[in-house]
Amino acid sequence: MVDLATSDEIPHPRNGRGRALIYHVVLCLASIAMLYPLLWMLASSFKPDSDIFGDASLWPRHFSLDAYWRGWSGLQVTFGRFFLNSLVVSLCSVVGNVMSCSLAAYAFARLKFRGQKFWFALMLGTLMLPYHVTLIPQYILFLNLDWVDTFLPLIVPKFLAVDAFFIFLLVQFFRSIPRELDEAAMIDGCGPWRIYWIVILPLSVPALATAAVFTFIWTWDDFFGPLIYLNDMNSYTVQLGLRSFVDSTGKSDWSGLFAMSTLTLLPLFVLFLLFQRLLIDGIATTGMKG
Amino acid sequence: MADTLIDAATPVAAARAPESSWRDSAAGYLFLAPWLIGFFGLTLGPALVSLYLSFTDYDLLSNPRWVGAANYVRIATSDPKFSAAMHVTFLYVALAVPFKLTFALLVATILNRGLRGLPLYRAIFYLPSLIGASVAISVLWRQLFAGDGLLNQALKLVGIHGPSWISNPDTALYTLVALSVWQFGSPMIIFLAGLRQIPKDVYEAAEIDGASRSQQFWRITLPLLTPVVFFNVVVQTIDAFKAFTPAFIISGGTGGPIDATLFYTLYLYQEAFAYFRMGYASALAWVLVVIIAAFTALSFLSSRYWVHYDG
Repeated sequence: MVDLATSDEIPHPRNGRGRALIYHVVLCLASIAMLYPLLWMLASSFKPDSDIFGDASLWPRHFSLDAYWRGWSGLQVTFGRFFLNSLVVSLCSVVGNVMSCSLAAYAFARLKFRGQKFWFALMLGTLMLPYHVTLIPQYILFLNLDWVDTFLPLIVPKFLAVDAFFIFLLVQFFRSIPRELDEAAMIDGCGPWRIYWIVILPLSVPALATAAVFTFIWTWDDFFGPLIYLNDMNSYTVQLGLRSFVDSTGKSDWSGLFAMSTLTLLPLFVLFLLFQRLLIDGIATTGMKG
Repeated sequence: MADTLIDAATPVAAARAPESSWRDSAAGYLFLAPWLIGFFGLTLGPALVSLYLSFTDYDLLSNPRWVGAANYVRIATSDPKFSAAMHVTFLYVALAVPFKLTFALLVATILNRGLRGLPLYRAIFYLPSLIGASVAISVLWRQLFAGDGLLNQALKLVGIHGPSWISNPDTALYTLVALSVWQFGSPMIIFLAGLRQIPKDVYEAAEIDGASRSQQFWRITLPLLTPVVFFNVVVQTIDAFKAFTPAFIISGGTGGPIDATLFYTLYLYQEAFAYFRMGYASALAWVLVVIIAAFTALSFLSSRYWVHYDG
């Protein structure tokens, strides 16, 4: 399945030239239509407000970075703070998810223990459970622990492998690693921990990277969690900062809003460019939502 | 995908471990410890607590007061907001999922025709799915469909004076459907992977028999792809039921105009975190679980009539 998804060889080489040309025209038009809103946003962020409307062209007549300066410090707290907060939450989530999910996945894929099948079934069951069912009691729990307005409610669950999806992803990958390697290591006197650390993890870099990149992107994008747990503007993530910006100036300062929107998407674009193949293969092989 | 899920449900390790020693079990549970703590502390425990809360009246300040099935009775009989949210959510699911998947399948089929530049097109079409959940995209959408937004500017060029799509209750929901369809990239990638698995010689044989392209699509491609279609339908529908951010941003958290974008999750959020009716919100959460479970069960039951696993 991995090979099928990645190979770009031509499956049915039976097109006439003309037909291929039509397809290219259709696909190019579709691509432009898909990307136009994004490009419009980018272009508008460099225009003065007066030019955004009545000028649908993409190239700004008066190029200026004003909107970026204005937007950056458009709220009582600057976007610098929001970016830092988002970065802290996202990076901690990546570490937590990769650690806890790989530990659980190793237990499911490689070890043998009583009740394994039972726990595995339960784990798959949690994949289906909408988070709304656990939302309110979790909120009450974190409220009583005095964790509201800290990043802990957003980070700690990641260290407890609550995102079962990534366990599933890693189980699939770990199973594809030849068992002979474990057995060889065992003969050399390695226990389960050493096998996990020196055999499985180094061989699973692509899967771990996929889990890491998706965790980063989803955490960066998360709006619901921060909305519930962060009330103090000093602890806002970029998504909440952007929401406040909409509420306070959204109607009057479009270019500022577009500038900040562009900036919050920038890390995602960079990750997309760097890890495009990894992300696409991840979706193709596991069917995860992207 | 669909078959890997089924495949995964039978752990190889467990199947061939009739006798596992005490030491192995200890190691297994040690590795599983973080997940087990999370499972009991953050998933199973809270789920049971919310089931209990759904039979109570609870505002976070005083103790939960047992009210029996009153919350559920109110949901079923006398909550106009609930009916509005159900109407909006089902309409959204019924429009967004079929359009998105049709589009995804159409583009995937074209891309699979062996065109040059496949990786580039695939990347472009996938990008919106990756960033679509951002608040920035919802903000952009709000401005695209605003009274003086990009769409109306374009319409002005051809002489049409468009309404404000966002603040018009008749059209607001369709802008959200459009946002969902715009993110057709991830199901498209799954379709592409599925199309790649259909053996070439099937088509060659059909061609020799004189089957036209559309016959090939309806008689070969689609039937052989039904497991993937099934998987995408289930995943995308569950996802659509849970949509939240776009409705929240576009309506400014209200679900307006006149509840036209009051997604189920948005209503649940309002009940829980704007009015602190935690008991009622818990009941709403459990109703959502039942809806999603019923839909999933129906899909699996119906699948034997239209999904072909013997490709």
